[in-house]
Amino acid sequence: MIEASGLTKRYGATLAVDGLSFGLRPGVVTGFLGPNGSGKSTTMRLIMGLDYPDAGTVTVGGQPYRRLRWPLSEVGALLEAKTFHPGRSARGHLLALAAAGGIARSRVGEVIGMVGLETVAGKRAGTFSLGMAQRLGIAAALLGDPAILLFDEPVNGLDPEGVRWARNLMRSLAAEGRTVFVSSHLIGEMALTAERLVVIGRGRLLADTTVSELAARAGGSLEDAFFDLAGESVEFRAGDPPGPGADAAGLRPGRGRS
Amino acid sequence: MSARPAEGHTPAGHYRFRHIAGMEWIKLRSLRSTWWTLAITVTGAVAIGVTVGVNTRNAAGDLTNNALAGMVPGLLLAGVLGVLTMTGEYTSGMIRATLAAVPRRSRLLTAKAAVFGVVMLAAGEIATFVSFFAGGLALRHGIAAPSLGQPGVLRAVILSGTSFCLVGLLGLGLGAIVRHTVAAVTVLVGGVYVAAQFAGVIARAAFGYMPILIVANSLSTTRPEPCGSGTGGCPHFLSPWAGLAVLCLYAAVALGAGGWLFARRDA
Repeated sequence: MIEASGLTKRYGATLAVDGLSFGLRPGVVTGFLGPNGSGKSTTMRLIMGLDYPDAGTVTVGGQPYRRLRWPLSEVGALLEAKTFHPGRSARGHLLALAAAGGIARSRVGEVIGMVGLETVAGKRAGTFSLGMAQRLGIAAALLGDPAILLFDEPVNGLDPEGVRWARNLMRSLAAEGRTVFVSSHLIGEMALTAERLVVIGRGRLLADTTVSELAARAGGSLEDAFFDLAGESVEFRAGDPPGPGADAAGLRPGRGRS
Repeated sequence: MSARPAEGHTPAGHYRFRHIAGMEWIKLRSLRSTWWTLAITVTGAVAIGVTVGVNTRNAAGDLTNNALAGMVPGLLLAGVLGVLTMTGEYTSGMIRATLAAVPRRSRLLTAKAAVFGVVMLAAGEIATFVSFFAGGLALRHGIAAPSLGQPGVLRAVILSGTSFCLVGLLGLGLGAIVRHTVAAVTVLVGGVYVAAQFAGVIARAAFGYMPILIVANSLSTTRPEPCGSGTGGCPHFLSPWAGLAVLCLYAAVALGAGGWLFARRDA
């Protein structure tokens, strides 16, 4: 459903995504795991056509995002930062998107109900807490009932109940046959939500596998397996200044679990 | 949500201009600031026209031009609203949701400019027609109100009404080029207002090409304006239609450059 091939993106001197190739399949939640600053959000932006890659391609259902006929009915995305105007109500925001997507107005009320924003739908979205903003973003992603869903750090700002709700939502979306791609830097959350994993460090692919296979590499601990991978990505670039990957590697000696 | 196949679910056809325009119209009208700005701009323009009418003592002056005197200050708000229509997308992050819905960027900017342009044209024409009649009613000292049937009057009223639209689109284009509200407003004010103060000093011929002077001395006049206290048409001022063409050109250049950059830059 989503195919990235040799995806590369540079911002000035920083290589954010470096020759990244992976494919996503429908029917499972695929976790997109990596330390902060490893290129997850950039990859999401490249999939959506918000940023242009310096090299490589990424397609959605065989086409670049910009060629999609009804983008909101094909891909739903919750991006990392806020994506609504603070002066507009949640309902107004969703009605505007529905108009662009040729989506019935009644669907706006449905998705507002699905994310539990009924009581605040008429309020200006600028007054929302981070958790409410995340729910509005999820409502926008669900608006077109798309077969592909991208969630960039969806549990940010959600309370424990919200985290569980988001996890169940993502799993049920995948169970309906959709392609669900969820980025997170929270290993434990990924272990509970995802079946497959795409692991990146410093913009490079470290693993494209299942959660159980990756955990088995470190005797059943997904966390240990992740730090092993992240450590390798640092060793690969010995001599670079310490980045998030180096922090991960720095934690390794203290763990010693097996 | 019901269970559904993972592929081949999307409706037939693809999104059209009317879908994009529909989104942009909802976005524009669902912000209270849009209506406040328009109300203040139109009310202010009319109030200035009435004030000038009350204080007019020269029956031989261009009474239509007097009644439309509020359009020039209104240009600032029209231009700022244009800037905000674009930069607000970036400062809020809304641009990412907008482009997720409409990834074809040149179509998006075209629809945005069309919707905003129509709204500003309507606001501008309301402002000029109400100013014209209210300014005429406000005349004292036995001066008769001008009528739309007199030579050049209808042209002046209608052409002045286009100025909110054209300067607004200039602002929209600047917003797409600069993307930061404060910087874009600075360029707008610098280009539309401040440059006019210096242009006359540096090159007399450039004077007539300044947007506010086009609106004040070309679009809103029923007969050629004299220079200062002189008589006869001032050679430095453009004719009404030439003035309109130059304003259109400014808006088109800003939108063209903004659209070119918008399509090529990361959002």
